[in-house]
Amino acid sequence: MTDNTDQQTSQNASTKRWRFGVLKKVDGFLLWAILLICLLPLLPLLFSWFNLEPELWQHLWNTQIPQLLSNTFWLVLLVGGGSFLIGVSLAWLIVMHDFPGRSILQWGLMLPLAIPPYILAFTLLGFTDYEGPLQHLLEAVGLGVAWLPDTRNVFGVALIFTLSLYPYVYLLMRSALQRKGRTSYESARTLGYSRAKAFWRLVIPLTRPAWIAGLGLVLMETLADFGAVAIFNFDTFTTAIYKSWYGFFSAGTAAQLACILLLFVALSVLVEKWGRGQSRYEQTGIALKEYRQPLTGWWGWLVQIFAWTVFALGFVLPVIQLMVWAIKTYERHTDGTLELLSHTMILAVVAALITLVVAGIMVWAKRNRESASRNLAIEFSQLGYALPGTVLAVGIMMALNWIDGGIASLFGIKGQWLASGLFALILAYIIRFLRIGYGPVASSMSQIKPSVVEAAASLGADQKERLWRVYIPLLRPGVFTALLLMFVEVMKELPATLMLRPFGWDTLAVRIYELTSEGEWEVAALPAVLLVAVGILPVIYLIKKSES
Amino acid sequence: MKKTWLTGLSASVLLVLSACSDESAQSNDSQVKTPEAQTTDQAPENNTPIVVYTSRKEHLVKPFFEQFTAETGIDIQYITDSEAALISRLKAEGERTPADVLITVDAGNLWLATQEDVLQPIESPVLEASIPESLQDPENHWFGLTVRARTIVYSTERVKPEELTTYEALGDEQWNGRLCLRTSKKVYNQSLVAMLIARYGEEKTQQIVESWVSNLATDSFSNDTKVMNAITAGVCDVGIVNTYYFGRLQNETPDIPLALFWPDQSEEGYGVHVNVSGAGITKHSDNQQNALKLIEWLASEEAQQMFAGLNMEYPANKNVEPTEEVAAWGKFKADSTNLSKAGELQPAAVKLMDRAGYR
Repeated sequence: MTDNTDQQTSQNASTKRWRFGVLKKVDGFLLWAILLICLLPLLPLLFSWFNLEPELWQHLWNTQIPQLLSNTFWLVLLVGGGSFLIGVSLAWLIVMHDFPGRSILQWGLMLPLAIPPYILAFTLLGFTDYEGPLQHLLEAVGLGVAWLPDTRNVFGVALIFTLSLYPYVYLLMRSALQRKGRTSYESARTLGYSRAKAFWRLVIPLTRPAWIAGLGLVLMETLADFGAVAIFNFDTFTTAIYKSWYGFFSAGTAAQLACILLLFVALSVLVEKWGRGQSRYEQTGIALKEYRQPLTGWWGWLVQIFAWTVFALGFVLPVIQLMVWAIKTYERHTDGTLELLSHTMILAVVAALITLVVAGIMVWAKRNRESASRNLAIEFSQLGYALPGTVLAVGIMMALNWIDGGIASLFGIKGQWLASGLFALILAYIIRFLRIGYGPVASSMSQIKPSVVEAAASLGADQKERLWRVYIPLLRPGVFTALLLMFVEVMKELPATLMLRPFGWDTLAVRIYELTSEGEWEVAALPAVLLVAVGILPVIYLIKKSES
Repeated sequence: MKKTWLTGLSASVLLVLSACSDESAQSNDSQVKTPEAQTTDQAPENNTPIVVYTSRKEHLVKPFFEQFTAETGIDIQYITDSEAALISRLKAEGERTPADVLITVDAGNLWLATQEDVLQPIESPVLEASIPESLQDPENHWFGLTVRARTIVYSTERVKPEELTTYEALGDEQWNGRLCLRTSKKVYNQSLVAMLIARYGEEKTQQIVESWVSNLATDSFSNDTKVMNAITAGVCDVGIVNTYYFGRLQNETPDIPLALFWPDQSEEGYGVHVNVSGAGITKHSDNQQNALKLIEWLASEEAQQMFAGLNMEYPANKNVEPTEEVAAWGKFKADSTNLSKAGELQPAAVKLMDRAGYR
């Protein structure tokens, strides 16, 4: 549909037709080039299958894999369920209801996004652990600590991931509800649906793309994580990857395990696409004037307590704990912290901008011509998000070294071109965070209905005008969201940064890793606080933007 | 229009990028070069900077590199990462690697680096004279620089030192529900168990590890400090830790009710399990002369004293004494089995711990 109208209109506007004609020919090429580059780090993983170690597989299968699969299964279930519950219910609460403190919570509930899971993990564990402040407090007031449950299990780990990742579901749900949830819910209510029925039978299916996308991000990040699970000594599938590599010195087996993880993710993505089928929900009619229902009664209180608890556990408490540690240990940081901060920010800005360009090309190619193969190419370009960062980094490093080696032997000169330097690192960020950048831009684009463009064309707007007065203003919110989310994600990124950064390009996350891996949790608090502080600004801006 | 917009954006991005790399190059220079550097130059004909890959963390290596540059005028560029990552990187880079020196902790990793053929043998009478035989690779691919002991820590409130004897005795009935351990995923424990295999063979070692597991008071911890916190809090009474973690805790809380015990000290005992951090020259180094100079300097008495003070480790150099704090923990007999065994037997050790259910 889209395609036809655009082509018709471009034929009508005969001026500059040639330019669009040329561009439309290259879009497919660009798309496949992007796919190829994004799959580059997977090549070394695939080659690993030539080097099987059956005896090691036997061992892993006998002693590790059943337990790891069950751990991973429960973790995914709990984190998925938890993030859905918290993200959706809080988005519903904020969009549909009014209560004291709403204006604080509506952005406060996004803030946990600024705290990476590994920081939340060591902070909350440090707070509740033996000899931690909580236990000291409980002993001081005479309550004792014997009744405290151990948090180093699937529930504790799931809580960490849920608290630090639910904002993805919340963010996407909130804007989906603002766009279409409210209208349909209210129409359903006037047609006599009960509240529950209107919510579950109408709002949830209608907003499905939003919460599915949110859950996808949450679960992929959970599957790829190694930092938080290591702090809790909780074994997931990723643990087996690292164990094969670090413990058994078998990089091949590690790569093979990573392939299996990736295959699993790719299959789930396909199943979800297939399940959604061709059905598409377009918003009809005009959004109703905003009206928020006041929260009343004991139920209202309960809901409010719930919302504040999430905010407190996911943000306030960890930040206070970090600040206490940071104040206690700040003189241990002599120099260089500001340099780390500026490196972190430069990398985040540059990577976010370039990734945005790549995501933009993909969105544009999809808009030009929708086909199964293009959709597949777009989907598979984004698989990097599900890959544990270190595995991705090794893949990139090996692939680029092959290329470097090729160049070296071809021209007979020794040296490194692609594999060292910022190129490799930025490439890693692009491949890892393309999913974060693509989603918001694509969703903005999908809201520009062909009829709007047609209307502009019939009013005599040429291509230049349509770009500047239709596409760009309507895409802007999505572009901003993508940029800011990627900025925050790149800042938090650790494993790829660690492996691919050029000399002198340490970031805050790298410093935090160095300190925590030596067990110096408290000293790591200062860079952690800085990281969170820089992450908060874009998050707040994000909220402000989506409010107006 | 869109095209120009994209070109403009990518052009500006490239600009920023190139500006950044310039800046980093400058700041790197200023970081390690000091004024004295030019004056105390010993080898004016070769000032080629050394590139170091290190898994020792920045705050534990930077002071040494600065001191070395000040004394010799040779700049050092370095990158920190985990051991396996650095070794993979060296392998992938092959002869194109910029690295000259690899510094890592744990003999297991040094053994792996040798195995993966990324290090070259070092011929150095200086190092041979100062570093004991058991702390260096039999074929001289690496030399130990600092020594840490992995030993027993106990609660002074609930345990008498007379009750303790050996590592394996921690599996005895009397410690049921009183033992805390760090995760088996940490290379320190993998090396410890590998050395037990070297002593007793797989079968007996598996029995020992199984008896430890059945004595555990709670799930294993992610680091040594948490093990000691659990003992202080009364969750358990004994554990196994690296000496310097204990030292750090003791520095923060001088009256902490914990103490170290040296196991296996009897006449026929094997002694305390020690491990090293160490260094080697990369196989494809372009700058072997200065690389060797750096490693010899790190083994020198001056640098060894710094090492001992900075992280409360034992100097590898026979002629240097540990700091007063560290010496106060007492003298002990160390296991003299060559440390390359720790790497050789590491995969077997990890499998064994998996089978024994030690997480």
